[in-house]
Amino acid sequence: MLSKGLKRKREEEEEEKEALAVDAWWLDPSHPAVAQAPPAVASSSLFDLSVLKLHHSLRQSEPDLRHLVLVVNTLRRIQASMVPTASLPPVPSVPAAPGMADNLLASSDAALSASMASLLEDLSHIEGLSQAPQPLADEGPPGRPTGGAPPGLGALDLLGPATGCLLDDGLEGLFEDIDTSMYDSELWAPASEGLKPGPEDGPVKEQAPELDEAELDYLMDVLVGTQALERPPGPGR
Amino acid sequence: VGGRGGTDIISTVEFNHTGELLATGDKGGRVVIFQREPESKNTPHSQGEYDVYSTFQSHEPEFDYLKSLEIEEKINKIKWLPQQNAAHSLLSTNDKTIKLWKITERDKRPEGYNLKDEEGKLKDLSTVTSLQVPVLKPMDLMVEVSPRRVFANGHTYHINSISVNSDCETYMSADDLRINLWHLAITDRSFNIVDIKPANMEDLTEVITASEFHPHHCNLFVYSSSKGSLRLCDMRAAALCDKHSKLFEEPEDPSNRSFFSEIISSVSDVKFSHSGRYMLTRDYLTVKVWDLNMEARPIETYQVHDYLRSKLCSLYENDCIFDKFECAWNGSDSVIMTGAYNNFFRMFDRNTKRDVTLEASRESSKPRAVLKPRRVCAGGKRRRDDISVDSLDFTKKILHTAWHPAENIIAIAATNNLYIFQDKVSSEMH
Repeated sequence: MLSKGLKRKREEEEEEKEALAVDAWWLDPSHPAVAQAPPAVASSSLFDLSVLKLHHSLRQSEPDLRHLVLVVNTLRRIQASMVPTASLPPVPSVPAAPGMADNLLASSDAALSASMASLLEDLSHIEGLSQAPQPLADEGPPGRPTGGAPPGLGALDLLGPATGCLLDDGLEGLFEDIDTSMYDSELWAPASEGLKPGPEDGPVKEQAPELDEAELDYLMDVLVGTQALERPPGPGR
Repeated sequence: VGGRGGTDIISTVEFNHTGELLATGDKGGRVVIFQREPESKNTPHSQGEYDVYSTFQSHEPEFDYLKSLEIEEKINKIKWLPQQNAAHSLLSTNDKTIKLWKITERDKRPEGYNLKDEEGKLKDLSTVTSLQVPVLKPMDLMVEVSPRRVFANGHTYHINSISVNSDCETYMSADDLRINLWHLAITDRSFNIVDIKPANMEDLTEVITASEFHPHHCNLFVYSSSKGSLRLCDMRAAALCDKHSKLFEEPEDPSNRSFFSEIISSVSDVKFSHSGRYMLTRDYLTVKVWDLNMEARPIETYQVHDYLRSKLCSLYENDCIFDKFECAWNGSDSVIMTGAYNNFFRMFDRNTKRDVTLEASRESSKPRAVLKPRRVCAGGKRRRDDISVDSLDFTKKILHTAWHPAENIIAIAATNNLYIFQDKVSSEMH
């Protein structure tokens, strides 16, 4: 998440050009902002402060999205400025969360890694922002990607599907014979996601009646523990 | 308006279309409506003053059992509907639910029933010897408020704006990621007209911060973002207005670049001018006037409190940098107003380019008192009554302000107090 923005495949995204431009300005000693204070020193405490803010924001039962997005974007700028341009190895375009966590741990201090660990732990509580697993009803218009660079927001990575973030695919195979569904499952699917009205959607009613049969079946299965989240519903549902 | 816990903190202020009524919403879910008294012949110098007209509980705290979340009852926005009959109507919204309220007056009651006596008890029929027609007699004014519609379950994220369309039949509501279009008479469905939610939430970098319908063109609306951009959308172009008709964005000033550039560029409020030709936006340090015909940059930029530019780090630390200030036009679109800290608010005259800083406080607000212009001193030569930047009270924020649609009357919400200032002559400007 917090890795430096490098040029990526999606060249049409303006963000990248901006990221490239922004990446360098604090290194210019003639820049007025740089002249005021050594950026490295200012950035370190700013970085910690931003991580704290991010942590605090994510711990809210319903995070203020605007605050969250602004803090994360600021954190990206700060973190990018802390790592000298030349020495950072190229970042894979869509790193999984564990990979990103590694990058973070490598480039920052113990306080950050402790924060990240507890953030990962909190993942299951961030219901409101987590993506609905595939079986839930379509949300309506898919939404135009807003152009975040693929390393994107590691924190919001944590808010992504509960499944892919935590378990590396390779490791999963080792534990295939062990039923871990009880520990994997997100008990509270964001049902209101399925209620998002769209032009083609029918009337939006009370939440409970609007869950369709497939969703109810799925929820029942999860509760009973017969189905891990990542598997789509089998036939005959 | 008294103070009791934090529930009296005013969270929105709005004049109706004639300026006769002024509505405030607060953190406790209450709406208080003030009415302007007609000018009295006895005191010709006292222009109509605003008195409490009605108070009602609009929203209650709710609990979303599925998500295990409490939904705040705080009123985020109130918008009046244009008056179409004797009743007044307004929309009020909290984070999740919009309600349509109807306000009616009852100042007469029927008297002289044949079958009932004055207390409503049935009469002994043997005493009734003739028929009478009940007559309407005046009574003390009673203002009745009733909820006519509840528009629920339309939003996953927190509603930040509502705006009534000029067609008077539809309105829109915007949350962080989506904008919905509703018909005022239909509560069980709405149309999604903007959706900026990315397929993967980890790609989210921008949210919707405010939106408003054009005052005359019922197909046009604007929405602002946390990155400082404005998007003008035309509902005739497509059902889903993800592609904007126009994108208004000012390039970042390289000499003012900092880690906080994005945060301070986040637009906290957008308002069309009454003429419909311009838009007014508020970001952390400035107010900007945009011409709808020019997307590249605003035509005017006014510094609200530029002395805070060197304090951004501290303001980030104490979260003040995230404060969302509103802005307002006067009736003729010649003066713009916005709030600041220390209970200061600022007015900018677009024609003379003069500006003034005023304070909303009990001392300066005795009846008939003339507001004294204030000045913030950021170092350099200091005059006697100047306030230094370091002694500003950042807990006293004027976030919500409103301007009467026609006259020089302004409503300023300072935490849990409402100030109404009015004058006949133009304000002192320096």
